[in-house]
Amino acid sequence: MQSDSIRKTVGVALAVCLVCSVLVSTAAVYLQGIQEENKRNDKIKNILMAGGLYDKKTDVKTIFKEKITSYIIDLSTGEHIPEDQYTAKLSPETFDIKEMSVDPEYGHEIPAEADIAGIGHMPKNMLIYSVTENGVIEKVILPVHGKGLWSTMYGFVALSKDLNTVRGITFYEHGETPGLGGEIENPRWRASWNGKVVFDDHQKLILQVLKGQVNPASPDANHQIDGLSGATLTTRGVGKMIKFWFGENGYGPFLKKMREASSNG
Amino acid sequence: MANKYKDVLLDPIFNNNPIGLQILGICSALAVTTRMETAVVMALAVTVVTAFSNLAVSAIRDHIPSSIRILVEMTIIASLVIIADQFIKAFAYDISKKLSIFVGLIITNCIIMGRAEAYALKNPPLISFLDGIGNGLGYSFVLVVVGFFRELLGTGKLFGISVLPLTTEGGWYSANGLMVLSPSAFFLIGLLIWAIRAWKPEQVEKD
Repeated sequence: MQSDSIRKTVGVALAVCLVCSVLVSTAAVYLQGIQEENKRNDKIKNILMAGGLYDKKTDVKTIFKEKITSYIIDLSTGEHIPEDQYTAKLSPETFDIKEMSVDPEYGHEIPAEADIAGIGHMPKNMLIYSVTENGVIEKVILPVHGKGLWSTMYGFVALSKDLNTVRGITFYEHGETPGLGGEIENPRWRASWNGKVVFDDHQKLILQVLKGQVNPASPDANHQIDGLSGATLTTRGVGKMIKFWFGENGYGPFLKKMREASSNG
Repeated sequence: MANKYKDVLLDPIFNNNPIGLQILGICSALAVTTRMETAVVMALAVTVVTAFSNLAVSAIRDHIPSSIRILVEMTIIASLVIIADQFIKAFAYDISKKLSIFVGLIITNCIIMGRAEAYALKNPPLISFLDGIGNGLGYSFVLVVVGFFRELLGTGKLFGISVLPLTTEGGWYSANGLMVLSPSAFFLIGLLIWAIRAWKPEQVEKD
């Protein structure tokens, strides 16, 4: 029973742990670069898809560099943060919604009654994008997130330059049921958002996701989205997410500022 | 001798299928079979992990103290799963997003632990390795069959390519929503076990 002596037991345990930890950390360290790159590319791909710029044949980074401009805005005032105020955490390269939300300096807790999207914490700033063509802003791409049925869904909504028409929507991270809630990724459903109106003439939010189908004959059809069948709760989450992010606590102040700027200019 | 290796490799596919006969690893078989793509990647990952965990456990089987036998096995399996997960994240990012936590949960897949305990501890490395691959293939077989029917009937597609044009997209096939839900995998696995046992009646348990 040599194998069962205490010395042997401890020795085998240590040796196994040592070998395993070396293998695991080698794999993790060696592959980390590729993984981060994948993540970044996937996000960029989704920004391009929201902006209607995605093209399978062209490298996503090339298109991104050519067509997209990134800004950081202060959500409460709607002002752009000038580049000289960027910090190690607050810059387009490093901005991370999840980290910023829980950082005491850059994020804050959302009071329960205002937390329509069910996200708990949110960043004070947001990294947003615009599609620029010949120096003119054509579309604004806004990151949104909110709770679905199982998970927090992260995505982008693109608005045209009138700041009132949806041009695209994508989700780049979520854990909804494939085939049901996961259909928020369905290209046909996402395409149905195109052209929908976000606000009425009095800047009241009217864009809504229904339960069931939109009646195309209804006068409200231009601001209603079909609910996904079999995914009532996920769809409801998407609706609440829109309500939150296009409201006062979300992009309300920013959109107001942009509208004023364009009517003055 | 060659026959023995062949049996170890091929037996688990029909004669001693880990899901069909041993009824192991059902949970992940429900979770990842909504699409062929995820089912295939998951099957590959499980096969690789089972094979190498059997190899590693078998290689040190004479040195594993019986008091910490299970701990040593778990450590080896967990390390292999993490490595597999890292590789999938690096080289098949889109699929890793769909598989999400299920790759990590391979650790709890009873097949791997079961084979390490039941086979690798008592047999030499090479044949244990083959046993791992064989059981992985048995698992893969069920996953791929279930995935095939669930994706085809549930979404009208195979590997994401439209096969049965859906009514929602102007075709004639109305997708069966039940197929994308987990319970359908139970029905399919049940039907599959029935089919295997009708073909090989010796697998039927005596009451």
